Amino acid sequence: MYEIRIHSRGGQGGVTAAKLLALAAFRDGKYATACPFYGAERRGAPVVSFVRIDDKPIKIYSQIHEPDLVIVLDTSIMDVVDVLQGLKGDGTVLLNSAHPLAGCNGTCRHVDLTGIALAENLVIAGSPILNTPVLGALAKMGVVTLPSVEKAIREMFADERNVKAAEAAYEELKV
Amino acid sequence: MLTIATGNKAVAAAVKAAKPGVIAAYPITPQTEIVEQIAEYVTAGDLKSQYIPVESEHSAMAACIGASAGGVRTFTATSSHGLLYMHEMVHWAAGARLPIVMANVNRALGPGWNTWAEHSDAFSQRDTGWLQVFVSTVQEAYDATLMAFKIAEHEDVLLPVMVNLDGFALSHIMQSLETVEIGDFLPAYHLPHAIDTENPLVYGPMTGPADYFRFRWDIERSMRDARGVIADVEREFAERFGRSYGPTEDYRCEDADVIVIAMGTLGKEAEVAVDRLRDEGIKAGSMRLRWFRPFPDLDLARREVVVIDRDYSFGFGGVLAHAVRSKTGIAPYSVIAGLGGQEVTYNDIADFVRNRHPGEETWFGVSDHV
Amino acid sequence: MSAIPKEEYLFKCTSACAGCSSSLCLRYVLKAAGPDSVLVVPACCTSVIQGIYPGTAMNVPVYNIAFAAAAACASGLSNALAALGKETNVIVYAGDGGTVDIGIQALSGAFERGTDFLYICYDNEAYGNTGMQRSGATPLGARTTTTPGGKPTAKKDLDRIVEAHNPPYMATACSAYPLDLYKKVKKALSIPGPKFIHILAPCPPGWRYPTEKTVEMGKLAVKTGTWILYEREFGKLTINGPSKAAMKRPAPLEEYINGQGRFKNLSPEIMDEMRQQVEQNIQRLSREEAGVC
Repeated sequence: MYEIRIHSRGGQGGVTAAKLLALAAFRDGKYATACPFYGAERRGAPVVSFVRIDDKPIKIYSQIHEPDLVIVLDTSIMDVVDVLQGLKGDGTVLLNSAHPLAGCNGTCRHVDLTGIALAENLVIAGSPILNTPVLGALAKMGVVTLPSVEKAIREMFADERNVKAAEAAYEELKV
Repeated sequence: MLTIATGNKAVAAAVKAAKPGVIAAYPITPQTEIVEQIAEYVTAGDLKSQYIPVESEHSAMAACIGASAGGVRTFTATSSHGLLYMHEMVHWAAGARLPIVMANVNRALGPGWNTWAEHSDAFSQRDTGWLQVFVSTVQEAYDATLMAFKIAEHEDVLLPVMVNLDGFALSHIMQSLETVEIGDFLPAYHLPHAIDTENPLVYGPMTGPADYFRFRWDIERSMRDARGVIADVEREFAERFGRSYGPTEDYRCEDADVIVIAMGTLGKEAEVAVDRLRDEGIKAGSMRLRWFRPFPDLDLARREVVVIDRDYSFGFGGVLAHAVRSKTGIAPYSVIAGLGGQEVTYNDIADFVRNRHPGEETWFGVSDHV
Repeated sequence: MSAIPKEEYLFKCTSACAGCSSSLCLRYVLKAAGPDSVLVVPACCTSVIQGIYPGTAMNVPVYNIAFAAAAACASGLSNALAALGKETNVIVYAGDGGTVDIGIQALSGAFERGTDFLYICYDNEAYGNTGMQRSGATPLGARTTTTPGGKPTAKKDLDRIVEAHNPPYMATACSAYPLDLYKKVKKALSIPGPKFIHILAPCPPGWRYPTEKTVEMGKLAVKTGTWILYEREFGKLTINGPSKAAMKRPAPLEEYINGQGRFKNLSPEIMDEMRQQVEQNIQRLSREEAGVC
């Protein structure tokens, strides 16, 4: 089982990213669950969502305490939340950032999802949309396949710019 | 069709397939997605139901009662305080022998405000005459809702059915969902005592001590008959759609020395704990209780039992633990865990088994036991 | 009266008290509604009046429902009948307690949603079924078992609350004027949407007057201007015949008050306040009908 924890702020699309990722994994023929942890929902407050991907049915409903992958959609959260807590020794971090994580010991990836969203003019109510481009990055990392990502995005969104943004992130992320 | 969906959306999809004539509901967290999705189906014309946006849960159930008696299939959904607010009408629906189906998204009760999973809301309606089923996956939420209509409307039952799913833990999780073409699985709604102006009857009039108890007994007789109907409907569902269910879901129980009994999502996660315990050489099994009313017969002979209650009857004990004890004569290790969404992992469940003390009770996370 | 059908839908075997005016009203309501009608009845005197299982005095279907739930139950029934393509009348027949107090939320909801039904409140100004405790509809000064010293506050103005929902039809009626009631029920049932009729229903044991004076008591309520008969169709007010005369020259309030045990030993101050309330009500409705605001 591959376990992913997504850190974001309320309104940034972390919950939708989790749902999209689960859908893409499902389209890959895997079992997947996406589970947002709902606190008192407030715009801008740190939120966390969980995704599990496996080859057999997933029976776990509790939170992910030892993730294989941590995704941080907003690096400012790292000032208030220990995003690396419980990360497995061979785990991976993916940051929405133009710059790598300072002092990263393990596998650290970064890609400027905000820049990609702005370049595609993917903005809702003044906020860049991060949940579709991040799927492209995850495809590049091999968590899901790119065709399934495109399929999943088209199932949930009519706007083709979302697919383009995912493709751009796929191109930009260095592995 | 194969897709992924939340537990709430799965319930709504099953309701769409069942095509109720009237749906009356009031939104409450974490059930809202069900009523929103149904409102969307109705607005888009995908579901040709009369949708009544009532002003309270009490009115939601009252409207379902009027509609069901009026001769159409009816559905509502609620949670927590909403269920408590409609309590009077919950009794009325069963007493009036109306096959209403209700999804209840299990949630804790205030104060303080807590929107996470707990079973106290459903258990507070334990003695109303409703059938109660608890589900543990998105697929099961869909399947159980579909079957609920068929069971409720069966002429040997004619009692309402409550489909329970854990708040957030299941209502908001996304898992795979296979929706089905139901064909003639659900027959046309037929209520033998539907209101008919050609044959004017009086419903629920003053009924004195010489007669009242007969109607109560009639509910119990149907509740007993419901066991057979449930089994038949679940068998037919398995034959048609390939997924089988029973009063309990038993996992590695055959040769188990110790069995964990839980409900809802905790009951599913317990299977993971069982696998871990087996790896350690502890012969554990899991028995997830699905039907709470009518309560099934449990075969637990010569086993130790750990019961997890996501509820509590103050001054008495865990509701499920005591039900198991009274049904089987076995004194279980009673664990009170998961109240108000308290985090309980498969590791915790495995610990409950490792550290069990049959006949005793413990509150998970509490250190000042008396 | 010759226009009123001979068919009876309320048989003579009711369990009503002697001199009960609400059973009189129900008889005319059902004559007006006819056999393709369903009555929804919350806890109230009519729960008893209709007869006790296994007997019944009713010749239309009656759906009994919990105290607070009548309007909501009728909502569901009305929608179910619509779903089945039926045009059956759905009529709530509820007392004042089930309407102005515990049932007002459901009533308000059903009217706001535009439910196609007729809601009739028969108002005996107290909880009659449980032995005359005060309700929100009990008038100022009236003694009930829970206001043994007389009710210190005024009767809740149910009609203005209902009026605020802008129903297509609403009316007041009184048991002493059965033909007027019959016509109003007929008219209400010819209009789609939520309709409301508020009937004053004098109650011999509750108001403490001799049973044979039930019709007289209703007439005095109207003649003194205490109860005004009117209709509102799509908001437009029409004062009905008996009240037109009464509003011009109301009979002395004492004629109505003195015959009722519940108003025994009223203080002059309360009596004055009651007179003022009657006067204000007459003025308000007269001005509105005359188009003066």
